[in-house]
Amino acid sequence: MPNPKRRHSQKRTSTRRAHDALSKHSLSECPNCHEKKMPHRACAKCGYYKGREVVEVEEAS
Amino acid sequence: MRHKVAGWKLGRNTAHRRSLLRNLVTSLIVEERIETTIPKAKAMRPHVEKMITLGKRGDLAARRLAASYLMTDESVVKLFDTIAPRFGDRNGGYLRIVRTAWQKGDGAEKAFVELLGSEKVLDEKREKRAEARAKRVAEAKKAMEEAEAQAQTQAAPEAAEKQEEEK
Repeated sequence: MPNPKRRHSQKRTSTRRAHDALSKHSLSECPNCHEKKMPHRACAKCGYYKGREVVEVEEAS
Repeated sequence: MRHKVAGWKLGRNTAHRRSLLRNLVTSLIVEERIETTIPKAKAMRPHVEKMITLGKRGDLAARRLAASYLMTDESVVKLFDTIAPRFGDRNGGYLRIVRTAWQKGDGAEKAFVELLGSEKVLDEKREKRAEARAKRVAEAKKAMEEAEAQAQTQAAPEAAEKQEEEK
């Protein structure tokens, strides 16, 4: 079976992973409650989408 | 070449998929709004639109075709009498799919599918649900208060003693 000939340095590993970072989601602002929300989705905080309540959000009591 | 137009298999065999889609379409017609996953919502869309087109035709043959696809007679009646007339001047695009959150467990993206023009019905339904909820809460509160009052009057001496002992 083939085996590695040389030790793999930490630098080599970290250099390879330099491009592996995840990017942040771009968020838009909910026009109803001004919370950050995912674009093209109903707001998770107030349940509004395009000016109308779409989902009922349960308030923590 | 008709590459990439196969549609959705939804991880089911043909019979299972057909059943699922028929159930989804029937539910949507009866309820006007259902919650499901994005791929199911997209897969059911053409089937719903075909049913509404049948509803707009409105003749006996169309009614029989619809009845052979939809699961309940009630849904056929509703499709032909109340839903199809709503879309008289619209050629397709009868559905609205609103993405909501992700499903717990498998992380599937969920969405509400609703028929256009059903806002009034849905708002009425929502109001009814809110009323029922308020009623339930009020009843529960009342019951709790009554139980508390009863417990206090019935076991007032004992409870007082117990409380003192605990202290």
